[in-house]
Amino acid sequence: MSKRSNWSIPYVVFLVLFVVLPLVLVLVYAFQDNSGHFTLGNITKFFTDKDALSTFAVSLEVALENTLLCILIGYPAAWILSNKQYNKSAVTIVLFIMPMWINALMRTLATAQLFTMLGITLGKGTLLFGMVYDYLPFMIYPIYNVLSKMDKSYAEAAVDLGATPWKAFWKVTVPLSMPGVTSGILMVFMPTVSTFAISEFLTNNKIKLFGTIIQENINSSMWNYGAALALIMLVIIGITSLFSKDKEEMEGGLI
Amino acid sequence: MSKFFAKLYIWVLLVVLYAPLVFIAVFSFTESKVLGSWEGFSTHLYQNLLTGQMQGNASLLAAVKNTLLIALVAAAFSTLLGTIAAIGIHNLRGRKKKVVTFLNNIPMINPDIITGVSLFLLFVFLHFSQGYVSVILAHITFCTPYVVLSVLPKLQQMNPNIYEAALDLGATPSQALWKVLVPELKPGMISGFILAFTMSLDDFAVTFFTRGTIGLDTLSTYIYTDARKGGLTPELRPLMTLIFLIILILLVIINVRQDRMNKQNANR
Repeated sequence: MSKRSNWSIPYVVFLVLFVVLPLVLVLVYAFQDNSGHFTLGNITKFFTDKDALSTFAVSLEVALENTLLCILIGYPAAWILSNKQYNKSAVTIVLFIMPMWINALMRTLATAQLFTMLGITLGKGTLLFGMVYDYLPFMIYPIYNVLSKMDKSYAEAAVDLGATPWKAFWKVTVPLSMPGVTSGILMVFMPTVSTFAISEFLTNNKIKLFGTIIQENINSSMWNYGAALALIMLVIIGITSLFSKDKEEMEGGLI
Repeated sequence: MSKFFAKLYIWVLLVVLYAPLVFIAVFSFTESKVLGSWEGFSTHLYQNLLTGQMQGNASLLAAVKNTLLIALVAAAFSTLLGTIAAIGIHNLRGRKKKVVTFLNNIPMINPDIITGVSLFLLFVFLHFSQGYVSVILAHITFCTPYVVLSVLPKLQQMNPNIYEAALDLGATPSQALWKVLVPELKPGMISGFILAFTMSLDDFAVTFFTRGTIGLDTLSTYIYTDARKGGLTPELRPLMTLIFLIILILLVIINVRQDRMNKQNANR
């Protein structure tokens, strides 16, 4: 039996080469100048670059607003879908996930075109709408998963013991569904911070997000500055993933 | 009454969610260059797409082929690597297991752009010329963790003694592997393969950074470049409509089969 643990070796080698080494390279490039000497210049460049800083602030703001909207719209939807009284078939949840199989860029472009046709100017509002449109299923699905596995008798017991249904919902159902909300937040917030292309299409290039400046720098061969920006994003990811204490127990996950 | 509002809420969300897709489908039946202007009913775009006769846009079909080819190869390799890895991880103990599981989680937590940029730097650093091979390697990187997570539960559910029993009864280790272990893990491997395949199909950012400058396009990068040039290739509309129909049909088949299986189980 013990020999079969060796079967993980090829994958470990693969992970070191294609996951660990690339991340180390991000760190190395971030602290190097063009000629390969150590420098803090890329990091200080970011903190003194007004455009980059304001893009960063806008990205965080959009990501926060998008996540909040997804919770506000997605939680009731997940609750209704998981409630046998309102929804008896599993097909409805599949209907929510199905658009995700269509190319995201194509869907986004169609959304932008639809706005233009309806005479709505592309800007912050359409950006948020498009983001919610793209990421809502990622919020609904994990919450739905947790809610439908949840033991309904807890909430019923609360009502039997004199709580109003409203109170039982807030004090019992919501706290018990928090793992689903947490993994929903992880699946919506981080991709939103890092998205590029989507924001360009939905605002006609008026609003840039952080992902776009990373892409622009890498594509114009400013690898070191691009790597520094990627490193800053990695720090944000680290902070966000602290929210979920134990990722192995992300039971609401999509998988 | 509350039931009415609950249903209404779900239907309003679904209508909004499907509006852009219906929009594409409707305008796939007109010849206009721009999405959103109606120039009379025509199936011309479908004919163009299916015969491959597009004005200077034959690269769309190449992009579709690339997308499918890359997804198939990446999913196959991911399934192989991920299954072997899962068997190994399942037999690891303590700290080693924690470290490998943590490493396995990184590609799933990393946003696409980080995976893309970091792999781009790797290929630059190694002077590895970017093209099909680099894109496929990158896809294997972000697909394999999902295979590992699909196969691991099957290993946990499996009775560990049956493999040993096969050996005791005279099976060679390779016979025991193919006749006992693989059939047990098959459902996990299949769902891992499907997950990997769809993740690869849907990818944009990682492909964008690792495809190099040889002009390799997948559907996503094709649409991106197309949109930046201004104006989408009109034939994308029938293509998306057809893809949507295929997925719809597949889902209906899967659901009907599942329903039937549930009923059979209920009748027993």
